[in-house]
Amino acid sequence: MQNVVSVKNLSKTYSNQFQALNNINLDIKQNEIFALLGPNGAGKTTLISIICGIVTPSIGTVEVGNYDIIKDYRKTRSQIGLVPQELTLEQFEIVYNNVSYTRGLYGKPPNPQHIEKILKDLSLWDKKDSKINELSGGMKRRVLIAKALSHEPSVLFLDEPTAGVDVELRKDMWEVIKNLRNKGVTIILTTHYIEEAEAIADRVAVINKGEMIVVDETSNLIKSLGQKTLTIDLHETITTLPESLNNYKLTIVNDGLSIDYQYDTQSKQTGITSLLQDMKEAGLKLKDLNTEQSSLEKIFVELVKEK
Amino acid sequence: MNFYAIRAIYFHEMDRMRRTLFQSVLSPVLSTSLYFIVFGSVIGGMIPQIEGVSYGSFIVPGLLMLTLLTQSISNSSFGIFFPKFTGSIYEVLAAPISSLEIIIGFVGASATKSLIVGVIILITATFFVELEIQYPLLMLFLLVLTCLTFSLFGFLIGLLSENFEQLQVVPLIIVTPLVFLGGSLYTVEMLPEFWQNVTYFNPVLYLVNGMRWSFYGASDINIWVSVISLVAFLSICVAGVAIAITKGYGTKE
Repeated sequence: MQNVVSVKNLSKTYSNQFQALNNINLDIKQNEIFALLGPNGAGKTTLISIICGIVTPSIGTVEVGNYDIIKDYRKTRSQIGLVPQELTLEQFEIVYNNVSYTRGLYGKPPNPQHIEKILKDLSLWDKKDSKINELSGGMKRRVLIAKALSHEPSVLFLDEPTAGVDVELRKDMWEVIKNLRNKGVTIILTTHYIEEAEAIADRVAVINKGEMIVVDETSNLIKSLGQKTLTIDLHETITTLPESLNNYKLTIVNDGLSIDYQYDTQSKQTGITSLLQDMKEAGLKLKDLNTEQSSLEKIFVELVKEK
Repeated sequence: MNFYAIRAIYFHEMDRMRRTLFQSVLSPVLSTSLYFIVFGSVIGGMIPQIEGVSYGSFIVPGLLMLTLLTQSISNSSFGIFFPKFTGSIYEVLAAPISSLEIIIGFVGASATKSLIVGVIILITATFFVELEIQYPLLMLFLLVLTCLTFSLFGFLIGLLSENFEQLQVVPLIIVTPLVFLGGSLYTVEMLPEFWQNVTYFNPVLYLVNGMRWSFYGASDINIWVSVISLVAFLSICVAGVAIAITKGYGTKE
């Protein structure tokens, strides 16, 4: 699939000598949902701010739709829509005017039908004449999305789109993002909510201290880096593990009624067969078995810890 | 040229004027009218004619200039500082707009607002003092040039200011004294010789006298010196804003 955004050897050092990005290389494919994961201060916002033209890169190049973001800034920026992290809106302006203003900034002639459609799609049409300061936090965030979509961009950047948003609204937002992708928009979002990346992203990049740690398909990442947990339910409660099981990574859980066993799916021998054998020999009676894939959150914590 | 963007910024800023009509239009008109009443009608009645016109009429060009200067600076400095303060500047920086287009949008709107206020003040002045304008086209030219120049100056202040205090410092500490000591309410000849020499270093003196010449055909300074001074200051402001915005001072890291 064609690359929409191509980042090569990108570094950014701010005037206070803080290095926010260090030699980042990244390709984002057309029509995918791409999640940039990382702890606070990892460099996620700096990266998207550079691509969008808000921050100047120190070293390296960025292309959007095969155009350089500095030499051909008009061509690259007109393809991009940006939803910032903060609710940065003029509080006393009405919703409709605010969204139309952004369309004008991007050099597009007025198109009331398009603005109406966006506002209706984002359930904001009945608030079109409301002042921004009369809206709830969730609605303000949707106004920011409406503004970003006002000039019909092909690439949409969402910086922490669901930060501080309740669970229900977060799921609504995910639906909005998925619908946009279905309409052909490439979505790049930054988040520190792992479940968000896990739920909607096709690919994930983990960034920490300005360096790209890993870029892969979400499912591959979980599969290749994931550990699995085997939970063994017992018939009788135990307080200590038999000595013969000391060589296994076991944890007593569920008030002594279950044992968790961590194993690596990629290793040649998972150790499950011998564990079950040893448990039988130790006289433990098994009631049930259950396995669970490690979440992206665990992988993320491990990756960040390793760095 | 991204004309739709210029139009969007221009009308967005003009809309701010509509939302804050009292502060943007009525307040400066009211305060200038008070000057006309106190200095023009009340105190002016006790002062003999200056350069062949009544004191009330004499101070109109100076007060007009005073309002234009302060309004132009305040409009454009606030116009660019406010989106910086709220963070909504991001969309201007991320849009496909050149620095020149940003300047035309913001400064054009600010100059228009000041021009509207200036015209209202001129009309208001006719209620209090006798007014004649010998060179209306020259007056209009100076009016537009002053609005543009000081809107650019204000834009530069707003661009470089990091907080509200900095936004207020230059207009309050530098501009207001220069305007009051720039011959708005008196002729240079009224001052002792030492202060006359000091006043010649005040750039506002040349603006006020240029405007006064367009009204009455007489002033302390040659009209061409006034026009050249204004154009020179305009050039300095253009260069300052161009450097600041190209280098990203106050907006981009």
